[in-house]
Amino acid sequence: MNTFNGNRRNFLKNAGALVLGSTLPFSLVELAFAESGQNFTFAYISDAHIQHIEGTRFVRNWDRGLIRAVAETNLLIPKPDFVIFGGDLAQLGSKAELDHGAEILSGLQGKVHHVMGEHDYYLDLGEYWEKLFGPQYHSFDYKGVHFIILNSIKTYDDWTFKRWPTNEQRMLEMAGLDNPNGSPFMVGEEQRKWLKNDLAKVNKNTPVVVFSHSPLQKIYKGWNFWTEDADQVQALLKPFKTASVIYGHVHQIQYNQIGNISFNSVMATSWPWPYPQSYAQAEQYLPKLTVPMNRADPFFDRDATGWQFINLANGRVDLNYTLYNNASRIVRYNTKKKHPEDSAYQNEDARIPPQTHY
Amino acid sequence: MRYILLLALSTTVFFTHAQSVNKSQPEIATANPQSDNSTKHSDENNLLGLPPVPIPANNPQTPAKIELGDKLFHDKRFSVDGTVSCAKCHDERQAFTDNLVVSVGHNGLTGTRNAPTVLNAAFNKSQFWDGREPDLEGQSKQPLINPVEHGLANYEPILEIIRKDPDYPAAFQSVFEVSSEKITIDHIAKAIASFERTLVSGNSPFDRYYFKGQTDAMTDAQIRGFNLFVGQGRCVSCHTIEQDQALFTDGRFHNIGVGINQIQEDIPRLTKAFLEAKNKGGNVDVMVLSDKKSSELGRFAVTDELDQIGAFKTPTLRNVELTAPYMHDGSLKNLKDVMNHYNNGGVAKAGDRVNDFLSGGIRPLNLTDAQLEDLVAFMKALTSSKLSPKDAGPTPDQAAN
Repeated sequence: MNTFNGNRRNFLKNAGALVLGSTLPFSLVELAFAESGQNFTFAYISDAHIQHIEGTRFVRNWDRGLIRAVAETNLLIPKPDFVIFGGDLAQLGSKAELDHGAEILSGLQGKVHHVMGEHDYYLDLGEYWEKLFGPQYHSFDYKGVHFIILNSIKTYDDWTFKRWPTNEQRMLEMAGLDNPNGSPFMVGEEQRKWLKNDLAKVNKNTPVVVFSHSPLQKIYKGWNFWTEDADQVQALLKPFKTASVIYGHVHQIQYNQIGNISFNSVMATSWPWPYPQSYAQAEQYLPKLTVPMNRADPFFDRDATGWQFINLANGRVDLNYTLYNNASRIVRYNTKKKHPEDSAYQNEDARIPPQTHY
Repeated sequence: MRYILLLALSTTVFFTHAQSVNKSQPEIATANPQSDNSTKHSDENNLLGLPPVPIPANNPQTPAKIELGDKLFHDKRFSVDGTVSCAKCHDERQAFTDNLVVSVGHNGLTGTRNAPTVLNAAFNKSQFWDGREPDLEGQSKQPLINPVEHGLANYEPILEIIRKDPDYPAAFQSVFEVSSEKITIDHIAKAIASFERTLVSGNSPFDRYYFKGQTDAMTDAQIRGFNLFVGQGRCVSCHTIEQDQALFTDGRFHNIGVGINQIQEDIPRLTKAFLEAKNKGGNVDVMVLSDKKSSELGRFAVTDELDQIGAFKTPTLRNVELTAPYMHDGSLKNLKDVMNHYNNGGVAKAGDRVNDFLSGGIRPLNLTDAQLEDLVAFMKALTSSKLSPKDAGPTPDQAAN
């Protein structure tokens, strides 16, 4: 059994490629897995930012990113057990954007679970999104793991309901970065109460995996790499032996360990943060950024974007990133050090030094 | 005038003109009535615009080895029906291509890919359209035993011919210091690769314009095309030009929507079947050249990486005027078709479905027809002055002056 598991993990991690088990026909690997319960794979696509221009025109770049991730996810062998879409399907929350994004995602084979992003939410507070994708927060059990999906991008009621003359302006204000008119994300009291009740029914040895759009930890408030009530949510996860939080929003690879909770981010299919407006030949649709940063290759629209599949092995998550024009990366839980770490870049001397100018 | 080959004589990048090393070359010049016009450049360095030729440390250039490689390159006996030499598909009279859509091997069998020119192949970071071999030595060994090319089951028949040949044993002895029975395919590969490393040519109108500041070297249309090439056309991002040399290739692999567009519905089945076959010991070289659809998987067939599906190596653009038809499958007849394909953002006809795996660098360019014509004109400024088309007609070089 362990041999089978090892085989599967090894071939899945290889360069994010669909590499077949070297000795076993994969149908056999699948069978071996069904017995083992807590070892399985799901795919994770996030932050597509489908953006409507006018009429039937959408920003091509963001469309292509999502289309490619969907097509590649469908090629995974063995098939992932399900797919998570991590939020920000739309750019400004319109029906046109959500519909167009949903249409592209409809190409995915298998069950898709959706996470709410702020770009999906602040136009109509998730009303149309719910019609397409279901409740904004819920939980489900799968092969011995308790999965929770939270809407972590809510904020103070005063900001949401009393500040803005139109819904459109509310959406635009929340979409901005470094925006003095913005407001920090939060899970909010209602969901925390629900979460507490939901977790009360779960055995403390059961692995818990939480999907949220924003990090359930505090990283950088100006860009809302932040959840205001992160500490309170973490406290609810603390009694569990194994807890993992997987979030989008940041458009880059991050990982962290706080007590028993592992944190992993997923890549965006749209653009990477940070991202300078370095290639201005064609009309730009990037959100305005106040701090210019390095960008490896502005020619290739897909550079520094990607998607990932995640192996769940005994309740721990290993993230396998498919990164266009770049070497694939794997962030795996190190059971000895008890935190996630990059499988290839953890050594100082193995790292790519940052550029000192731009 | 005689066709002049340049020899790279050592790893320390020392070049010298070596007239008349290659006895098979003069016919190309004599067949070209225009050739006299290009003598005005004969005093110039035919390597203008090129970087030093990389020479592997384990295969240094020597005149004797190059001559041996030349002979091997042209030997038709190294094939199952005695008709296929390297030169069959890489014909010096056709700029070292065959000007066919896909190459024809023994007994009229066809493969799946367009023969790339050997000219400047010495600079490639990998060989074949999918880069499945790292160098010329590795490349030269595969067609010999491919079932649709030279068609041999193994290298034994070649070694037999060489051992019984009146001249080869002495040549191998002198070049490699091996006795007749110790000759291996690797000796043959090294000699052929050495010969191919002499097939380098720069010194096009573009080179004289860009690297020597001869502003009249290119026509107005070509200069406009050059500006589009590095600007709105986005060509230069893959077909690179450096400050002191230009190979017109980044050596990388890109899905530009050629070939792959026709097999989109089959990709899930093909990728799975291909990996299964490869896992069972299937030979990539044989699989991609004998099955058209598998061929379109491109670089994926070599690396198994999802983001290489339908991706092929960026070819150099030097002498591109002479190497029609274009693309890895020879599916585009002329340079205008190529420009249209890119202008449409990776599809032959504007509005066609773009393939899901298209490179992020490919997008509609919104160029006008006149701009596309200028780009085509610029392509014709990349023809080396020491090479001319077999057929008569003014070369762009002369047209420019």
